Amino acid sequence: MSHLKNVTDATFEQEVLNSDKPVIVDFWAEWCAPCRAVGPVLEQIAGENADKVVIVKLNVDENPETAAKYRITSIPAMKVYQGGEVVKSVIGAKPKPALESELAAFLA
Amino acid sequence: MRQMIIIGSGPAGYTAAIYAARAELKPLLIASAVEAGGELMNTTEVENFPGFPEGIMGPDLMERMREQAERFGTEIVYDDVASVDFSGTVKKVTLGSGETHEALSVIVSTGSAYRKLGLAEEDLLSGYGVSWCATCDGAFFRKQEIAVVGGGDSAMEEANFLTRFADKVYIVHRRDSFRASKIMQQRTLDNPKIEPVWNTEVASIAGTPESGVTGVTLRDTTSGAERELPLTGLFVAIGNDPRVHLFHGQLDLTEEGTIAVTGRSSHTSAEGVFAAGDVIDPTYRQAITAAASGTVAALDAEHYLATLPEDLLRVAIGEEEQGTAPAAGSTVDPAGELVPQN
Repeated sequence: MSHLKNVTDATFEQEVLNSDKPVIVDFWAEWCAPCRAVGPVLEQIAGENADKVVIVKLNVDENPETAAKYRITSIPAMKVYQGGEVVKSVIGAKPKPALESELAAFLA
Repeated sequence: MRQMIIIGSGPAGYTAAIYAARAELKPLLIASAVEAGGELMNTTEVENFPGFPEGIMGPDLMERMREQAERFGTEIVYDDVASVDFSGTVKKVTLGSGETHEALSVIVSTGSAYRKLGLAEEDLLSGYGVSWCATCDGAFFRKQEIAVVGGGDSAMEEANFLTRFADKVYIVHRRDSFRASKIMQQRTLDNPKIEPVWNTEVASIAGTPESGVTGVTLRDTTSGAERELPLTGLFVAIGNDPRVHLFHGQLDLTEEGTIAVTGRSSHTSAEGVFAAGDVIDPTYRQAITAAASGTVAALDAEHYLATLPEDLLRVAIGEEEQGTAPAAGSTVDPAGELVPQN
């Protein structure tokens, strides 16, 4: 099971948009095989960078409002929020080194 | 050092692993970090794999193959290969983690990757309405009008799957008939939500990451006439290209871009390196043909190993300890922390 915190339509503003630290949101669903593959990779990255960035998950089936607001049409989608704005989007499951290099600005 | 490394975890890789493990070759299978299980992980019902008369979900089939490979002692690493060195008798395979594994034989079963349309807007709009995975992204197109590009079984399967969500699914195809199997063609043509658009290709895609895909420009392949079609999603299913980027300069390729093998065997241009599955097959590309091809590679590799000097084999089997690479499958993660087992 995932050790990453789940956010919802109800908690998104508080947990993500109002966060002091950059927040990476992993938009996922149960039925998405690549999402299941990328989950453990994000857990590792979260564990190794706990002081710099927060990584949370949002289930798109249970939270359609937020998924629609951010026009999610492909999952896994990982969006980085800083100061309430999307500053980076990564689409699709990628191996750890590739994800780390895409997210390097927020992990350094 | 080991006797065998298998690169890839689709039907070819896992079947090779089942045979090699039963021959007590203790194979190490490099499964990939996020694509383990290969192409079938992104499919739904598989109806043409013998032994499953009621059909089986693609991911379930791959899970069963993995279990069967592990049952006989295959060791699996969930990482990607960064580079290979096939020049010597001892083959070297380096992973994304930096770890290098050595073996006397390697089976390459890296499969194939989705082919792109080759349009400038395609990458920009990937994830914003352009997709290669109906099972991943279909649910975001509820009550919308979308299109699938392609004419093979994958395109038919995607289009039919997408009608669970979309109001209308166009299938844009360059020719005047599909090349898919008859049963899939019939199912597609009988589906009231699907409309084929014959003799047509996608000339360009309209939209931005902010707006998402808003439409496509279609070009008639016979007359060249162009027209606009408003859409919110475009699913690309025009085929696959063999995944050979790791092997350029080390293995000979065919004109079609697949790894060249000798006759009906799995022997590549490098001694001790064998290839199986979609990466050698420009024609059939089925789960069952890939699995059969994995069998061929495992048997060829087994015969090859039997021709090697005994002292080399003893090192590979582990009877003689000698400067080996770090063992895989350790319970300690790369950061040196124990992974919780609950």
